[in-house]
Amino acid sequence: MTGTSAVQDRVRDIGFLRRQLTRPELAAVAGAVLVFVFFAITAGDSGFLTFGGTVSYLEVAAQLGIVAVPVALLMIAGEFDLSVGSMVGAAGIVVAVTTVEYGLPMWVAVLLALALAVLVGLFNGYVVIRTGLPSFIVTLGMLFALRGLTIGFSRLLTGRTQIGGVTAGGEGQPLPVIFSGEVGGLPASVFWWLGLAVLGTWVLQRTRFGNWIFGAGGDVTAARNVGVPTNRVKMLLFVCTAVGATLLAMIQVTSTRSADVLRGELLELQAIAAVVIGGALLTGGYGSVVGAVFGALIFGMVQMGIFFTGVNTDWFQVFVGVMLLAAVLFNTYIRRQASKER
Amino acid sequence: MADRTPVPGAAPLLEIRNVSKYFGSVIALDDVSMQVHGGEVTCLLGDNGAGKSTLIKVLSGVHRPDRGTLLVDGNETVFGSPREAIEYGIATVYQDLAMIPLLGISRNFFLGREPVSGRGPFRRFDKPRADRVTRDELRKIGIGVRDTAQPVATLSGGERQSVAIARAVYFGAKVLILDEPTSALGVREAGIVLRYIAQARERGVGVVLITHNVHHAFPVGDRFVLLEHGRHTGTYRKGEISVTELETKMAGGEALDELRAELDRD
Repeated sequence: MTGTSAVQDRVRDIGFLRRQLTRPELAAVAGAVLVFVFFAITAGDSGFLTFGGTVSYLEVAAQLGIVAVPVALLMIAGEFDLSVGSMVGAAGIVVAVTTVEYGLPMWVAVLLALALAVLVGLFNGYVVIRTGLPSFIVTLGMLFALRGLTIGFSRLLTGRTQIGGVTAGGEGQPLPVIFSGEVGGLPASVFWWLGLAVLGTWVLQRTRFGNWIFGAGGDVTAARNVGVPTNRVKMLLFVCTAVGATLLAMIQVTSTRSADVLRGELLELQAIAAVVIGGALLTGGYGSVVGAVFGALIFGMVQMGIFFTGVNTDWFQVFVGVMLLAAVLFNTYIRRQASKER
Repeated sequence: MADRTPVPGAAPLLEIRNVSKYFGSVIALDDVSMQVHGGEVTCLLGDNGAGKSTLIKVLSGVHRPDRGTLLVDGNETVFGSPREAIEYGIATVYQDLAMIPLLGISRNFFLGREPVSGRGPFRRFDKPRADRVTRDELRKIGIGVRDTAQPVATLSGGERQSVAIARAVYFGAKVLILDEPTSALGVREAGIVLRYIAQARERGVGVVLITHNVHHAFPVGDRFVLLEHGRHTGTYRKGEISVTELETKMAGGEALDELRAELDRD
């Protein structure tokens, strides 16, 4: 045993700073601070820093974040869901058609929308697992099919593609309050967003299931070999993304009192962008919910910040594109640092 | 020459008798027998293509033999899948490690078998315990890790291999099959792994060490099973054979001698 002491001398203490540097959400947190400072300077006196301004970007961030949190978990498990945007449109139309056209109670309509979400999620998961096709392709198919079905059925049943007057049975009903009420001036969506963020973080970091998510995304064969039910993990997460999209649809329908077949377009890509800005790898196995939350916050701040600066909001997407690229470059560098043999 | 005497009073943990395996017209294994005893390191030696990989796949439940029988604790058994083999306490550590590179060490160590605390909806992964056990188990094998959350990818090849072995032993493997654990490692790194193999043996584990490096096998091996072209060409106990003899037999001796003679002439 002569060599043992020599081995033990090689203590690998990676140090506090370095450990922080290799956290997946670092880029998003730093980015959020930068973006905030930028708009505080450029748009601080035109309302960005007021309470109303803060609420406005928090609400945008919350709506994206509600979807980005489950999408983050799914991406860490190594799969994409491109059908969340279409799911938002579909769930909204289900609620609007069943309440406005058929007079069903709001809670029944919400349950129907949730049931549809579970079905869509299970279908996505089942096809991905059974065929072994990339989830990118499978859910891309679902993106088109579900949107098409939504438009088709909406026109077939109501003759319209926008349905207004979703009153949920009048004022003071509990469901609209839950989905789009206000507490202290903050819309309910912000609380949903933060609640999901806490729940998602807890699941990912503190439960067995969270460890399985990392395992399924990191190396599906290795994870399966040590007994992780990777298929079940993925199925469940596909259901979660669809349910997250449905929650957002409920918030939108109850706050605008209307549904539109085109709601949620491009949301799937924004959610992926938020998750990637939040430090997740497209290849799976690495990332965090906190990162996705900050990714969504950046989105919200940029979108509303540009509005407050008075610059034409057409420039919003340029900003997002540049940021996405910068974040990915930064994350690649960080991952290399994190996995360097020391 | 062949030594088939089992340890007195105990059936071998794992044994194959007259096993043959064919892939179409290729005879991968032809009438091979071997025994694995607890507290012993059985080295499976052979050149590339000798049938080592096929043999361990039979032992670990990946392949079912076309002929012959497999016995666990003296009872005839058929493994339907690798999982069944694992349930019998036969763990295989493959060369490609089966670890998640970007996942932390303790999370990897317990992946799929996470300890939990709390109840109901608050049942959670007992991370402190996982960290403690991982740290202790790694200290036993001479790897000092201050932060068990650092990614496995930050460990060296030998350390990673050792962690994989430590995990199998910790979760109660009775037979440990190691597929070329030292082949990709430098001398020092190989030393870490070999030392740990010796430790696992002291704990009573039956180790099957597959290698084509006699110099790695000899210091830790208790018996040496030689394979050549899918045939079993001999089993030797330590002390019955020297490292040079073993090497000569393994490399198809005469061929090497001829080569040496030929090169000397020039």
